[in-house]
Amino acid sequence: MFVMLQTVFPDLSAATPEIFLFIVAMALLMVGVFAPAARAAAVVGRLALLSLVVALVMVLMQDGVKVATFENMFIVDRFAIFMKVLVLIGSALTLLMSGRFFAEMNARKFEYPVLVVLATLGMMMMISANDLIALYMGLEIQSLALYVLAAFLRDQERSTEAGLKYFVLGALSSGMLLYGASMVYGFAGTTQFAALAAVLKGGEVAPGIIVGIVFIAAGLAFKVSAVPFHMWTPDVYEGAPTPVTAFFAVAPKVAAIALFLRVMLEPFGGIAAEWRQVIVFLSVASMILGAFAAIRQNNIKRLMAYSSIGHVGYALLGLAVGTSEGIRAVLVYMAIYLTMNIGTFACILAMRRQGQYVEQIPDLAGLSKRNLPMAIIMMLLMFSLAGVPPLAGFFGKFYVFKAVMEMSALSSGWTVLAVIGVLSSVVGAFYYLRIVKVMFFDEALEPLDLPSGRELGLLMGLAGAFNLFFFPFAGPLLRAAGNAAAALF
Amino acid sequence: MMYVLIVFLPLLGAILAGFFSSVLKDRGSQIVTSGFLVVSALLSWVGFFDFMGGAEPLTVDLASWMQVGDFSVNWALRIDMLTQVMLVVVTSVSALVHIYSIGYMAHDPSIPRFFSYLSLFTFAMLMLVTADNLVQLYFGWEGVGLASYLLIGFWYEKPSAGAAAIKAFLVNRVGDFGFALGIFTLFFMLGTVNFDEIFAAMPGLVGKQFNFLGWQVDVITTASLLLFVGAMGKSAQIGLHTWLPDAMEGPTPVSALIHAATMVTAGVFMVARLSPVFEYSETALTVVTVIGAATAFFAATVGMVQNDIKRVIAYSTCSQLGYMFFALGVGAYPVAIFHLFTHAFFKALLFLGAGSVIHAVSDEQDLRKMGGLAPHIRQTWILMAIGSLALAGIFPFAGYFSKDAILEAAFASGSTAGVYAYWLGVAAAVMTAFYSMRLFMLAFHGRPRAPKEVMDHVHESPKVMLIPLYFLGAGAIASGFLFAGPMIGEAFREFWGPAIYIGEHNEVMEAMHNVPGYVKLLPLLAGIGGILIGWIMYGWKTDLPASLARTHQVLYQFLLNKWYFDEIYDFLIVRPILKLGRILWKQGDGRIIDGFGPDGVSALVVRLARRAAALQTGYLYHYAFAMLIGVAALITYFFYNLGL
Repeated sequence: MFVMLQTVFPDLSAATPEIFLFIVAMALLMVGVFAPAARAAAVVGRLALLSLVVALVMVLMQDGVKVATFENMFIVDRFAIFMKVLVLIGSALTLLMSGRFFAEMNARKFEYPVLVVLATLGMMMMISANDLIALYMGLEIQSLALYVLAAFLRDQERSTEAGLKYFVLGALSSGMLLYGASMVYGFAGTTQFAALAAVLKGGEVAPGIIVGIVFIAAGLAFKVSAVPFHMWTPDVYEGAPTPVTAFFAVAPKVAAIALFLRVMLEPFGGIAAEWRQVIVFLSVASMILGAFAAIRQNNIKRLMAYSSIGHVGYALLGLAVGTSEGIRAVLVYMAIYLTMNIGTFACILAMRRQGQYVEQIPDLAGLSKRNLPMAIIMMLLMFSLAGVPPLAGFFGKFYVFKAVMEMSALSSGWTVLAVIGVLSSVVGAFYYLRIVKVMFFDEALEPLDLPSGRELGLLMGLAGAFNLFFFPFAGPLLRAAGNAAAALF
Repeated sequence: MMYVLIVFLPLLGAILAGFFSSVLKDRGSQIVTSGFLVVSALLSWVGFFDFMGGAEPLTVDLASWMQVGDFSVNWALRIDMLTQVMLVVVTSVSALVHIYSIGYMAHDPSIPRFFSYLSLFTFAMLMLVTADNLVQLYFGWEGVGLASYLLIGFWYEKPSAGAAAIKAFLVNRVGDFGFALGIFTLFFMLGTVNFDEIFAAMPGLVGKQFNFLGWQVDVITTASLLLFVGAMGKSAQIGLHTWLPDAMEGPTPVSALIHAATMVTAGVFMVARLSPVFEYSETALTVVTVIGAATAFFAATVGMVQNDIKRVIAYSTCSQLGYMFFALGVGAYPVAIFHLFTHAFFKALLFLGAGSVIHAVSDEQDLRKMGGLAPHIRQTWILMAIGSLALAGIFPFAGYFSKDAILEAAFASGSTAGVYAYWLGVAAAVMTAFYSMRLFMLAFHGRPRAPKEVMDHVHESPKVMLIPLYFLGAGAIASGFLFAGPMIGEAFREFWGPAIYIGEHNEVMEAMHNVPGYVKLLPLLAGIGGILIGWIMYGWKTDLPASLARTHQVLYQFLLNKWYFDEIYDFLIVRPILKLGRILWKQGDGRIIDGFGPDGVSALVVRLARRAAALQTGYLYHYAFAMLIGVAALITYFFYNLGL
């Protein structure tokens, strides 16, 4: 028999932003090598920022029609566009705030922006993954870059420790994910999402597939730092250079949540009743631990780590609901989460005393007298993180709980979940408010420096304004999130 | 319109002085508030003479206040002769006190606040006397209570002033509770709080009973007694009188205005205003008589031995209020109001005069540290003499006419309670004259007992303080014989018009003019006798008081300690309540609610937080282990669930 090997040249147009970023990353490496050493880092940084913005424009220009290409490995739909926009915004803004930091640490190297671009590329691949293999590839492109970033201040013990821990545990989680993927392949006979969905549509579910899903979920839970796969988060957040922490808190989290949503809903959506328990457990454990463990933290980066664990818990609650309402709530939540974190980390980067970066909460004492605008923005962000109306953070939680409560008609268990969520956000409010209290009511021993540079002020202002004025102007974001969520069903 | 101005000018003054003190400064706030009150007082007199000339009662509707179902309450000014008399008293005394205070409070750091409170008080008092319904009456009632609280505690940095203010407020609360219940009772039975409707419905209520706390009781009697409890609180009748002497902690002009001339007479006014209600309950009137007489007697006995010049006058006020109440109790409402009217002048005079004395001796209030002041402050001496004679009831001063009339009415009523009140009243009259004389002699005559440096500084008060005193002095002399005729004479019905209701069988107003001669003479003799005794003990044989106090140690201590009312209340009420409060606080709130509530939860949170943070050891293998355990647990859960 004559077998015709048909190799169709893939449709590249759907992946133009990714291809563009890949080429840019390579080009920037060359620029970095050949540009004058003194200016290389600054030039590459600026070009990287520019290319992220260009990629953002390219993503925005995609029309949102569902297109699968590369043998169904890669998919672009409204959901992917929405998430890529968030990731690109997060990457660009954190890149914007990191230049000065590294310059002042005497560690401004041109590799840094290139690694950010590569990580972003990996995230976009994750978001568009339509196959377990593609998923893994995206994940690893992102992760390898992130490991290096965490250890970027390589002459600092804390930074290298953070990088190493992240790498070892990340490798473990990748192993779990791969193992899960192999189980699923073994029992279902395919790795393609669409094909998996077809296989799993109704009928008996082999236990092997359940085991596989659990392992995949564990691997993904590691990336979003959900309890009990969160252990790396506080250490890595604390140890990594602050701009890197900001980056970790924003872009990879958004991307991993996007991946989580797509994997659970597209191939495994048919058996949601089976995996829902896992997500509920991860969500509840994250909300509670995020609320309680942060109370005793004095390091603000560590505190933000627990804060992000808690927020992931709320986002996962939306996934556990699994309806388009719930997914929309997650998307809105992630968008708001992104702005809150960008703003907060801009504030953290502005915490300097006599030129040295400090990151203890008591260092913020008396900020209201020294720098009232910054204290007010920080206060707004803290209130928003705590979920105080009418700030954006409140609405993030509100939509999640609303989706949960709509399910409570089916089963009273959902009400319990909502109650747990609300109660843990009450506990969590404590540590956010504590920061406000320190800033406004404690006496400073030694005042902080005034922030230098316009970038941080700009970012703080933008984040503060977004959170303050979300309420009256939320319409477009809600519509976009609704459209994106609809793409998964 | 005129009446609206009378009532609301003081409010405007209070607002201006209170909220715009930074613009007006001290001087401005004095001018604004005093000026408005003078206008208000002049208008009141205009209205008063209108009524004397035969103007008809009227009601000025201001606005609707509440409208709930059938229940409606309006803001309205009820203007009749009773209101008119009260308006004259309140605005005149208030205006004079305002002016007097310009001098008296000249060195106080918060003058605008003082004048704002004074005007606020006046407004509330005017709301009270012009009320057209029980709710508005209650509004004014509480308003004056608030102003009284604020003014007693005006020098809030003094702990004793703060305590006195709280005491006044709390004791009044007891009375107000009764008052509120009385209002509820009337509303419950009649479905209305408007005076006209209530008065019209009263005849239909006679003999009706209702269930109150499990007893079948007469409606009118219950309502009247409850309302009277309110009057007792505000007017410091025996049992609820303890706040009044302590209220002397406030500045002296306040004592003159609020705690002598106006607010404390609100209870008298209220009973007179509600005469159509009280008149239907024999029992309630008897209670009013007995309580009033007891207060008159009790307060007079205590007044005889007090050493603080203001406290002597305070007990005297208490005692005179007792007179007014038993006049009400025997049905002689016009006589009670007449005494209220004259008393306002001479008691304000006495208080302001006392203020002038205190001012002269560098803020000393203890009579034992005065003496021999007469030559230094001749004008004050004369004015105090007029006030004291009026209080003692000596002809032809104002007190003579009104007090005599009260005692005659009590005797003429012929009831047991009335006769009881008559004799107690005569006894109290002796004592009144005695303590007036005592105060007068101790303050102005004898050897100076103040330190030399104080005596060197003794000076007459400034004109701004003396001129109001002259006005009040004129009132203390003339208000009796000028108004005795119209107010309580043969033609009293024409004077009062429909403002005061006197039942068909109540002929005390006529009978009082036809009592035996000795009854008429006795009060005057009592006054003269009291003055004589006072002169003997404090002018002639000056060692007599000390030896009397020594030989009758028990009696003296009993009186000096005010019949131990405060101690008994402390033991019976204050301490048990404090103890209960402490138990509820420490055990109930502290241990149970806080323990299991906020404190317990926060302790739990801290403990959980410590545990959660302790999980974070920093060791890589712990982290990896946690992840593996997590996966293993999840898979086990699924297998278990799937039944594998």
